[in-house]
Amino acid sequence: MNLTFNLLVAVCLAYVTFLFVVAFAGERAAAKGRSLMRGPTIYTLSLSIYCTAWTFYGAVGYAARSGLEFMTIYLGPTLVFIGWWWGLRKLVRIGRAERITSIADMISSRYGKSNLLAVIVTLLAVVGTTPYIALQLQSVTLSFGVFAAPGTQASELTGLAFWVACGLAVFTILFGTRKLDIGERHDGIVSAIAVEAVVKLVALLSVGAFVVWGINGGAAATGEAIATSPVANWTAVPGRWAGLIFVSGAAVICLPRMFQVLVVENSDERHLVTASWAFPAYLMAMCIFVVPIAVTGLARLPAGSNPDLFVLTLPLAEGQGGLALLAFLGGFSSATSMVIVASVALATMLSNHVVMPLWLAAQNRDGSGQAQASISGDVRGVVLRARRASILVVLAMGYLYFLATGGTAALASIGLISFVGMAQVLPALGFGLFWTGATRLGAAAGIVTGFVIWAWTMLVPVLAGPTSVGPFGIEWLRPEAPFGLTGDPLLSAMILSLGLNTFVLCLTSLLTRPTPMEQLQAPRFVQVFDRTAAPRGRRSYHAGAEELLIMAQRILGASEAQEVFAAESRAQGRPSDLPETTPDLLDRLERKLAGSVGAATAHAMVTGITGDAAVSVEDLLAVADETAQIMDYSARLEASSAELVRTAGELRAANDKLTALGHQKDAFLSQVSHELRTPMTSIRAFSEILRGDEADGRVSDADRARYAGIILDESERLTRLLDDLLDLSVLESGQVVLNPADVTLRTVIDRAVTAAGTVSLGLRIDRDPEGEDVTLRTDPDRLSQVFINLITNAAKYCDADDPALRIAVMAAADGVIVDFTDNGSGIAAPDRGLIFEKFARLSDQAAAGSAGLGLAICREVMARLGGSIDYLPGQGGAAFRLRLPGETRTAGTARAAE
Amino acid sequence: MTGRAAADRTATDAQTRAHRRARLADAARLLPFLGAVLFLVPDLVLSDDPAAAGATAPWLTYLFASWLGLIGLALWIGRLHMRDLRDDADRESEAE
Repeated sequence: MNLTFNLLVAVCLAYVTFLFVVAFAGERAAAKGRSLMRGPTIYTLSLSIYCTAWTFYGAVGYAARSGLEFMTIYLGPTLVFIGWWWGLRKLVRIGRAERITSIADMISSRYGKSNLLAVIVTLLAVVGTTPYIALQLQSVTLSFGVFAAPGTQASELTGLAFWVACGLAVFTILFGTRKLDIGERHDGIVSAIAVEAVVKLVALLSVGAFVVWGINGGAAATGEAIATSPVANWTAVPGRWAGLIFVSGAAVICLPRMFQVLVVENSDERHLVTASWAFPAYLMAMCIFVVPIAVTGLARLPAGSNPDLFVLTLPLAEGQGGLALLAFLGGFSSATSMVIVASVALATMLSNHVVMPLWLAAQNRDGSGQAQASISGDVRGVVLRARRASILVVLAMGYLYFLATGGTAALASIGLISFVGMAQVLPALGFGLFWTGATRLGAAAGIVTGFVIWAWTMLVPVLAGPTSVGPFGIEWLRPEAPFGLTGDPLLSAMILSLGLNTFVLCLTSLLTRPTPMEQLQAPRFVQVFDRTAAPRGRRSYHAGAEELLIMAQRILGASEAQEVFAAESRAQGRPSDLPETTPDLLDRLERKLAGSVGAATAHAMVTGITGDAAVSVEDLLAVADETAQIMDYSARLEASSAELVRTAGELRAANDKLTALGHQKDAFLSQVSHELRTPMTSIRAFSEILRGDEADGRVSDADRARYAGIILDESERLTRLLDDLLDLSVLESGQVVLNPADVTLRTVIDRAVTAAGTVSLGLRIDRDPEGEDVTLRTDPDRLSQVFINLITNAAKYCDADDPALRIAVMAAADGVIVDFTDNGSGIAAPDRGLIFEKFARLSDQAAAGSAGLGLAICREVMARLGGSIDYLPGQGGAAFRLRLPGETRTAGTARAAE
Repeated sequence: MTGRAAADRTATDAQTRAHRRARLADAARLLPFLGAVLFLVPDLVLSDDPAAAGATAPWLTYLFASWLGLIGLALWIGRLHMRDLRDDADRESEAE
């Protein structure tokens, strides 16, 4: 079959279209949750991007040049995968638990979410991966060149590389950045590279089978061919074999594209168990025919032909155009799958750790200082744009590097150089996963040290050409033989860079203290098996939706929560199922919850359930603040409600008192009106008689005088009563005006006796002249009013045959005591409390002429004067004790008061 | 009585299961070391030894054979591990 170049291009385009279709179908199938998409087969096939064009074409060339050494590149990953129990298991578990998005994210998260580390690792990744992308473009160009007509210009082929790069950019942007997935999974891309994995395996196996059975005529014959081939003269360079196995094992974890498919795109930890044997099997299958192809190519193709292209040129030389086309597609697949995944991985790192922090810092120029914003609408748009721009930048850099160095040895050897470069991340990663004492500064120092040494000993010789003398003539700085090490340059570079990297990491970690964030993160990583159970893969897209619903129901109530989720399900086109936990849903939920529990708490709850990001210390502090505010508010509410209860109690008591007072007032009014009515009746009656009889002319002078006398008496009695009432009311309301003066007790008693004079003529008063010789500061009028009252009471109520009143004076601690004791029969015990009440009269007889207010008035007056009046029991007759406050200036002997 | 015997059997079963689980984990841990030893043999044997030149074909056979053997062991361990996981899941769903 004659193969024209245009046919090749057409086939290429058809294949690319097919890949687009596969990617679309893959995305659609993943959205429907088809199990194949999440199965271990796809996972294992996606891991095959480890085998790039460097494998597909370069392995044969490597074998032709260096014998079996090429196998180390595949033996290393084999050891890593069959030893999944040690490292990969932890890596994948952490990746899922912490929602890691890239290798830079992994390192940064472990060391306290340090963006510095993320930037360093991103930089390292870009520097290490860009030449590798260029290598892929180079392979594609070379493979096109094999089919091109002899007169084709190199520039045409370079132009092809440009179009390939553009096509890859379109594909990657289309399937890598159409939406932001919380788990950073790109199902379309994964399906496409799985298909490409199958294509390149089938292609290589076909060519190999053709070589073994078609050309050589069987396995035995092939064995003989190998034995007689110059390849057989290979010997292993000491240490290089082990070193290469180590470096390739490191690369399968640390290369950004490998980390992406191994950890980030992993949907179920159990797939790792399948991949532990399936991936080494794939590698073995890729390798199995490499030596036969190399040997046959060396034997049959003209000397000097590029052994890297034997996979293409052998079938072509044997007239197998179809097979060559298949091989071409295999090589094309290997190159493009690497570029696609590497671009996605690098773009994720660049946008997450370089562009977004810068953009957010620019947004928060007012100094809120928060670098991590939740992914809301417009931020997501920025992230997607940043991602796309990063993809373009990465591909552009790869293309430019290819233009600059294409075709030179600088490119061919870049594969291993790239491996050693990315391996510099391994100490930080490895120690970080197993040693909580590894610190951020240690990791940064280690990586930078390793990077510098690697760049100097491996990049510089490749870019600047071999040197025989070191810079500034310093021999031991010579890149190829650093510090005078004259062994294999790759080995010395690797041992030196990794060794010093590890040493600096450990030393710096021992000498520095981790930040609080690191102390929080480190155990989550190192002890991840003690903490989390392996999440079930099948539920990964619904991860958290159920738990979110339950939590939302508790806070928002069942109906509102279900309404939110149902609306989201409908919007996602799956009305009968739980919605996917998209950033939209989480955002909406967070905002709704914030209305009830506060923004910080809502954020902490939502991220805690989805495991989107670790709940940061800042988040927890904000939650604590909110909680403190809420507790403070409730305490204040409690206090004011307790106050309300107290006030209500007081109001009730006051109400009761008012009611009682109301009753008292009513009783008082009825008593007063009764008292007033009696004399008024007499006055009216006798006035009527006077008027009537006077009109009739029957009134005698004696009668007239008598009636007038009665009317006058009653009027006086009424007046007295009203005066007393008024006096009492003034006293009780406290509006009484006292006129204090210094006065002797004797004067007051004299005055009182004189004033009571006519009434008390029948009463003998015994006085105590010595005791009365005290000076008091008091209101003499009021005090004599009290004395008058007591004297007239004694005169009225003492029922002895020879009524006598004894007035005795005693000194007390704080004043003077005056006792008024008569020799009557006293007051019976039950009445002693009543006599001081208003209108209290003990016998009807004594009621004549008295209103019963006397003692009540006395009590009020004494209270206003600062003293008291009490009934004194056990004196034989009625005895009243007055206490008067004040200084006593007397020479009289003080007698002890009772 | 049958209840007691059944309980004893369950206890023994559980013990056997746990023992097997632990041994399987140990095997998974040791496998890479075996692989490392097998793969590093060429380095130890071949280094700089002119007498070993020209032996590529036998070495090829050796390497691929050990590679295949390791893959087979990994497959076996993987199968046993997955079966254990499935049994755990079954027993959990039974218990619910």
